[in-house]
Amino acid sequence: MSVLQVNDLAKYFGGVKAVDGVSFDVQEGEVFTIIGPNGAGKSTIFNLISRFYDVTTGSIQFYDQELTRLRADQIAPLGIGRTFQNIELFDHSTVLQNLLVGRHAKRRSTFIENVLFTPRVRNEEREHRAAVEDIIEFLDLHAYRDKMIAGLPYGVRKICEIGRALACGPKLLMLDEPASGLSVEETQDVAFWIEDMQKDMGLTILMVEHDMSLVNQVSDRVLAMDEGKPIALGTPAEVQSDPKVVAAYLGVDGEAVE
Amino acid sequence: MRIHFKTTYDQDIRLFIDRWTFGVYAVLIVAAICMPFLLDEYLIGELISVLIWAVAGMGLMVLAGHTGQASLGHAAFLACGAYMEVWLQSKGVPFVISLPLSGLFAGIVGAIIAIPAIRMSGIYLAIATLAFGVITEDVIILLHDYTGGVEGVFVNPINLFGLEIERYTTPSYFYWLCLGVTILVTLGYVNLMRSSTGRAFVAIRDSEISARAIGINVALYKTISFGISCFITGIGGALLAHFLGFFNYEAFLILISIQLLLLIVIGGMGSIHGAFFGAIVIGFVPQLVTIIREMFTYSAIPGLDTGIFATLLVLIMLFEPQGIYGMWVKTRVWFELFPLARKDMFRRHRSYLKTERMK
Amino acid sequence: MEFLQLIVGGVANGCIYGLVALGFVLIYKATESVNFAQGDMMMIGAFITLQMVNAEYWAMPFLIGVLIATLLMTVFSYGLEVVVIRKLFGQPQFAVVILTIALGFVLRFIAGFIWGHEPLNLETPFAGQNLSILGIALSMDQVVTVAVTILLTGGLFLFFQKTKLGVAMQASSQNQLAAYYMGIPVKRVHGLIWALSGGIATIAGVLFAARGAIDPSLGLLGIKAFAAAVIGGFGSLPGAIAGGLIIGIIEPLAGRYFPAGYSQIAPYAIMLLVLVLRPNGLFSQIQAKKA
Repeated sequence: MSVLQVNDLAKYFGGVKAVDGVSFDVQEGEVFTIIGPNGAGKSTIFNLISRFYDVTTGSIQFYDQELTRLRADQIAPLGIGRTFQNIELFDHSTVLQNLLVGRHAKRRSTFIENVLFTPRVRNEEREHRAAVEDIIEFLDLHAYRDKMIAGLPYGVRKICEIGRALACGPKLLMLDEPASGLSVEETQDVAFWIEDMQKDMGLTILMVEHDMSLVNQVSDRVLAMDEGKPIALGTPAEVQSDPKVVAAYLGVDGEAVE
Repeated sequence: MRIHFKTTYDQDIRLFIDRWTFGVYAVLIVAAICMPFLLDEYLIGELISVLIWAVAGMGLMVLAGHTGQASLGHAAFLACGAYMEVWLQSKGVPFVISLPLSGLFAGIVGAIIAIPAIRMSGIYLAIATLAFGVITEDVIILLHDYTGGVEGVFVNPINLFGLEIERYTTPSYFYWLCLGVTILVTLGYVNLMRSSTGRAFVAIRDSEISARAIGINVALYKTISFGISCFITGIGGALLAHFLGFFNYEAFLILISIQLLLLIVIGGMGSIHGAFFGAIVIGFVPQLVTIIREMFTYSAIPGLDTGIFATLLVLIMLFEPQGIYGMWVKTRVWFELFPLARKDMFRRHRSYLKTERMK
Repeated sequence: MEFLQLIVGGVANGCIYGLVALGFVLIYKATESVNFAQGDMMMIGAFITLQMVNAEYWAMPFLIGVLIATLLMTVFSYGLEVVVIRKLFGQPQFAVVILTIALGFVLRFIAGFIWGHEPLNLETPFAGQNLSILGIALSMDQVVTVAVTILLTGGLFLFFQKTKLGVAMQASSQNQLAAYYMGIPVKRVHGLIWALSGGIATIAGVLFAARGAIDPSLGLLGIKAFAAAVIGGFGSLPGAIAGGLIIGIIEPLAGRYFPAGYSQIAPYAIMLLVLVLRPNGLFSQIQAKKA
């Protein structure tokens, strides 16, 4: 069953065709990775799914829901969590608070109940807290629970962001370059977590990544893009050996390689 | 250093983290209740003004300190609350109803203002609210029939369940009333901040883009923040009306808006404590200045208070952007960790790359 | 004829708003922060000139007095940037807003302390002189105001187009980080921009003082100049002058054709309208942030 179906998606910024006719579908429970050189339009696809950008043409379906008709803040409640390429955490809050905000989509109380702090709100807070503790446990963030984000090392912040995306209880998790800026060991941790999230939590993962070792290790299928267009789709091995992909990375014409 | 061994989640959820903290606040409140027995009427009057400043300051703190939306015209909402209270009181509405109604009126005005305001960011919001504050002065004069315009209006004394409460005849009662309202507002504010709405506010302040990504309806929550902020400030305005007894548009000049802003910055942006620290500074520094000035000269220096406030504000912005609350936290940590505290523990984090133009 | 007369007066006023707005826009473009003390810098500039020129003070020749005052304000503004504003480099925009508001109040206090709070008149060589063109009575100060504004705007245009420093300033206004990497001394450019806008503020102050009494609360005029800057689009130099003219012209017309009380509101009402319809100003430079 397909979780996410992207059909003939295009996004033009003025004359620049950032994404130009991309179609793919992500199956339930798979790790689907988009690769491509800088400026290939990978992050733009993420921002289109998140509804930060309006699509020029095309459709994005999440299960039966057409996403292009929704606002950005209506995406997370459907069960889509995401991270950002350049970490976008709430710097002046603790790790715990960051993860708790991530539970926003699961809130049930109104702001008036919040002001009165009714027993219902108290119970809800306990539930949020319990859910967040599970994520802290899973990502091994105990040591940082009450630390401010601003003072944490880059790698920890990167993990925190994954934690925050998990907090909304997503069915689809979108990771924008989860390994960028991480050491080899940290990248290995990320690989294990991705496998755990896929196998134990049953999450579907859509990822943009440059680190080919990570891509090969975790991905079920890979989509390669160049200049806004899809150029190859298949298993990591198939895509990597595709001459057009090699050409795109080396920056020469596909025909010259053939 | 006190170490909290956390045994239940409730430790983070409840109002006071431990008995010690509860004790400290209980002592503070008891001390505040006892004040009328210890101080003369003049000082009680000063304390009342501190409480009203604190309430109005908390109003602005919700918006500017916690949601990151600047308002340079908040005195307008003070005016909304004050004039509504005068009108309702003149119609004989009981105080327990008129006070929340006045706040609600200011809150609704605020929420309406928010509709265009939430589309603006940064300096545009600052300028728009500044202009709104300036216009308010003129609007009060134009709405002469309701507001008394330049001549001003009297407010009827409060009648609370048959008890007459008036600033000059029964200052202790009025003090307790203000104290009660302040505690209620503070409690509501703390509740807000320890639940999902408050977290959403802070999220919007720190990164609108991730706020949206985790499902926060930024426009809605900014409107809620405006509404709550103006509601609280309106409550402060209603109390102010009774405190002044008689007032005209000059009680809500743009200078008052700036003073409110000064209050929350000096006190410490983004902390409820800050509103109280700021209110104490705003309330007592003028007295202090007068005492010091009279050591040198008995002739008044016009604008001295504002000049000193402004200088204080410049120094705070340069050396302690977290305000008095920040200093307090640092001092406390320094003593708790003694002798292990290091200077760079509180180094300020700068974000050169975040240009607001791209937002 | 009365209508034209109102417009002429409005244009002269508008030039002053425009010049103050120009100061805002210069600083905003280059440093991305807004100087809420611009109006008060204008006020201080006017008072320093008055100190130099007026008979009861130092009684210098008018032009020399203006020149010295402008130079002093240029140095003062540069110093202000170096000593105070630069400390907040990299802090949120709002911090600079608060800081400059506070600085404005400090300047106002200082002016009140030195020159008192009573309105004072600047003595100018062209006071009381009148011209009559096509039946419209022009006072000399109006003519001077318009002429100086045209000269100054033209000069600035050439400066930004032709000089190396001007181009560097433009570059740093478009992308601070890139400019920094390109070897443009961004910090020094910021200081110079502040100096420039301090000088412009002084000239605006002198032009204003030539037409009426000044007192330390003159800086509040800055708020009207804000309205001008916003109407013109905050990032555009010609827009600032245009916005100033719009406000300047509308004010006397509103005063003439609307009931009393509404005319004060008019400039702000127009500005709020612009902000509501185009939340980022008429000629906004704001783009969607690439997440």
